[in-house]
Amino acid sequence: MEKIEPIQTGHARDIEGAKMGMWVFLFTEMLLFGGLFLLYSVYRSKYSAEFHGSAAELDIVLGTVNTLILLTSSLTMVLSLSALQKGQRGLSLLLQSATVLLGVIFLVNKYFEWSAHIHQGIYPDSPVLLAMKRGNIIFFSLYFVMTGIHGLHVLIGAGVIAGMAVFTLQGKLGPDNFVMLENSGLYWHFVDIIWIYLFPLFYLIV
Amino acid sequence: MSAGQETQVAVARYRIYVYAWLSLIALTALTVSVARLHLTTYAILIAILIATTKASVVVTFFMHLRKEPLILKLMLFVALLAFTLIALLTFSDVWYR
Repeated sequence: MEKIEPIQTGHARDIEGAKMGMWVFLFTEMLLFGGLFLLYSVYRSKYSAEFHGSAAELDIVLGTVNTLILLTSSLTMVLSLSALQKGQRGLSLLLQSATVLLGVIFLVNKYFEWSAHIHQGIYPDSPVLLAMKRGNIIFFSLYFVMTGIHGLHVLIGAGVIAGMAVFTLQGKLGPDNFVMLENSGLYWHFVDIIWIYLFPLFYLIV
Repeated sequence: MSAGQETQVAVARYRIYVYAWLSLIALTALTVSVARLHLTTYAILIAILIATTKASVVVTFFMHLRKEPLILKLMLFVALLAFTLIALLTFSDVWYR
């Protein structure tokens, strides 16, 4: 029976440093999205009627489903780290793949959602949108920019986790070398948190 | 014996993550239900409160903040404080213009 090696304490410092670096990067990401959330707050207080009206156009069911998908993907991500730390590479690989798959399903839903808007003629700078009131234009501009940048983060996160799956398969990641997967997880959970705020602000304020 | 203990610890950890996930699902159901009540004035406040609770669960359990050293918690506190100050300064400019 294979003995599970305890985490080498000699590496603890490196792990802490790597994680701290990731957190600092996430703080800069927080300011990126934070600025956009401030824009949203200020314009929402100025054009609350139009924001309520525009939000009614969004599909609450699709938004809720996407929320559940991202929350579940965060669970599979954190479980994949536990599995890797325990030396269960196969299980970890399976959970990493599930995370990537859930991220892709989220993006597919977003694709259908955006396609429906574009079909209705609602996209940045479209004649239909520009004919609306100023508050509606600002709402949809913020909607496309914020969910767009968030979607880009989901795409990058899924790509990074797919890379981690390859590393796990190659044996480069294991119970004594998991900090890359942990940092990928931190990024993924951060992206989840952004969606936790985007969901009520754009879908639930009707 | 040692291997058995390892498994026990691991099972407990898995369970904590599943509980955290269940609470996130429950809070999502709550925020959607509250939105259906159309509480105009307090709706946004309640929505933000629930979202912040969900974010705290993600940070505490999924991002393992509860197991991180104090310095990292302080760094997060400073980052959040900085953002709060930026937000308050922005709002004070908008409100008292």
